[in-house]
Amino acid sequence: MTADATPALVEDEQRTAAGPRVRRSSAYPRYLAGKVAGAAVSLLAVLVTSFFLFRLIPGDPVKTMTGGRQVSAEQLAAYREEFGLDLPLWRQFTDYCGKALTGDFGTSYQFRAPVVDKITEALPNTLLLTGTAFVLYTALGIFLGTRSAWRHGKLGDRVNTGLALTLYSIPSFWLGLLLIIVLSVGIGPLPGMFPTGGMESGGEEGFAYVLDVAHHLVLPVVTLVAVEYGQTLLVTRSALLDEMGSDYLTTARAKGLRDDLVRRRHAVPNALLPTVTLIFINLGRTVAGVILVETVFSWPGLGGLFYQALSVPDLPLVQGLFFVFAAAVILMNTLADLVYPLLDPRVAR
Amino acid sequence: MTTSTGTAPGPRALARQRRRASVARFWRQYRSERAGLYGLTALSLCALLALFAPLFVGSDVSSVTDAPGRPMQSPSAEFPLGTDQFGRDLLGLVIWGSRVSLLVGLLAAVLSVAIGTLIGVTAGHFKGWYATVMMRITDWFLVMPTLVLAIALATVMSRSLTTTVVAIGVTTWPTTARLVRAQTLAVETRPYIERAQALGGGHWHIMSRHVLPNVMPLVLAQTTLIISSAILAEATLAFLGLGDPTVVSWGGLLQDAREAGAVSAGDWWYLVPPGIAIAVVALAFTLCGRAVESVLNPRLGVSR
Repeated sequence: MTADATPALVEDEQRTAAGPRVRRSSAYPRYLAGKVAGAAVSLLAVLVTSFFLFRLIPGDPVKTMTGGRQVSAEQLAAYREEFGLDLPLWRQFTDYCGKALTGDFGTSYQFRAPVVDKITEALPNTLLLTGTAFVLYTALGIFLGTRSAWRHGKLGDRVNTGLALTLYSIPSFWLGLLLIIVLSVGIGPLPGMFPTGGMESGGEEGFAYVLDVAHHLVLPVVTLVAVEYGQTLLVTRSALLDEMGSDYLTTARAKGLRDDLVRRRHAVPNALLPTVTLIFINLGRTVAGVILVETVFSWPGLGGLFYQALSVPDLPLVQGLFFVFAAAVILMNTLADLVYPLLDPRVAR
Repeated sequence: MTTSTGTAPGPRALARQRRRASVARFWRQYRSERAGLYGLTALSLCALLALFAPLFVGSDVSSVTDAPGRPMQSPSAEFPLGTDQFGRDLLGLVIWGSRVSLLVGLLAAVLSVAIGTLIGVTAGHFKGWYATVMMRITDWFLVMPTLVLAIALATVMSRSLTTTVVAIGVTTWPTTARLVRAQTLAVETRPYIERAQALGGGHWHIMSRHVLPNVMPLVLAQTTLIISSAILAEATLAFLGLGDPTVVSWGGLLQDAREAGAVSAGDWWYLVPPGIAIAVVALAFTLCGRAVESVLNPRLGVSR
């Protein structure tokens, strides 16, 4: 073996040794690329849909915009030009796609402001509401789901599942309206304890402002948590039940582990894998619930904005929000796809 | 060979007998699901009430001009659920509203399951590019937020019951399509499909005579579950003001209540009954659906 041959040999050895490992870990990048490409295609499809869906509307958007007021022909023409409605459909489409890709969704009919500005203005408020609710209903759902599965068939489980199913069948907006009547307006001797809507009383600063927002946050969050935790509960429960007959749990018990340790250390971490996917999908799916809850509580977020846009209808705004809502769901689904193989490496292979 | 001789039943009678036996077996197992029985009872009551509503309430119950009471009366002996802002009897309105809510829920679910079954069976039967395209479309609908899409559809179409039914039906079919396709693929691997093909059975014959009957139970369970979400979706659309404003439905009543200021005035009696009605019917359909599912497929584990 000559000295100058050694490096090549070592390199070669390394390559062969690393070969299978490299190939195995490269499954994830390929999987990742596939999922990201899929998401990109879905987003494009949403974009195209959002354009054509809102061109289905019979009648003239300009007439809708002027709300039946007497408008001269010149003014109508000016509006048409302002919103680009005088161009042929294919030009409108290419313009729309080109602008949308740079984040420009046109001008809102009712606010006379760029759609993007209205959306970025409302987004943090929605994130505050959904974020808080999400943390709470996920924690509650996993906690109750685990307990339910571990003591399945017992009274506690039946009450838990029954309640979750019942709350799941209740329209969120109705629950919100009832909470407003009972806890904000006050009923009988019960005084109103929470604000009826909005996000702040105004005029507060510093810590008092935080408290004020938190006070306004209570009822919308309670409503969202009540209608959303049930699904997490049911999925966690059935995942854990599937896991409970497994041999490794019998082994763990046979070596004398305490019951709660078997549950916490062995069963729950494995059973939670499907729940992780659900958690992400939930984040996107909550969109619909948020629209209703924000409408009921006049929360100044995306959902409230969507409702305002629907009643006009303010097409550019509806269109922009539709895209944002759909994009949120697609992003969350993709994130779920991306995180899952990191938790369960069998998926990417 | 096929003609019946003596006491041996003919093929038709045999098929009927088998079907009767399997229905009886299904019912025996369904009966052991207590929650499913509760759901079924509640549903039967609601269905009877909706069917015979014209006997207790006149069709003029929703008339604004000759309302029997004063506006916004709280519950009393004359009006057990109080009155609305026009002085109309709320009990009558809630009963009358059940007709629209149930009808829209049923129709939307049937439309949704019909689309889903058609696409699922054909995508499972014809493999190749057709299946690929169909499943791509299905996947795309699957990731879309259903209610947001339905709201968008209802916004761009004119306000009517048909719009509501179409908006819900067109957005909720993908889960059914996926389930049905999976089941179709499973059924098509069975030897009797090969036999039918060898005997010259065409695509249509195989799909309608062999695949569909085997997929039907699954479709039934799916329909029951979808009705529940369709009723909730109808209420939601009506509440957002996207339903037909000329008909009375439970969601529409809730929107009326909100617009009439029942919330800030604390007029709870206006809000409670329609909401409870929605919740009871949605829950009842969910319970039935889960019971049917656990009878047909105990491994599915939804209600364990």
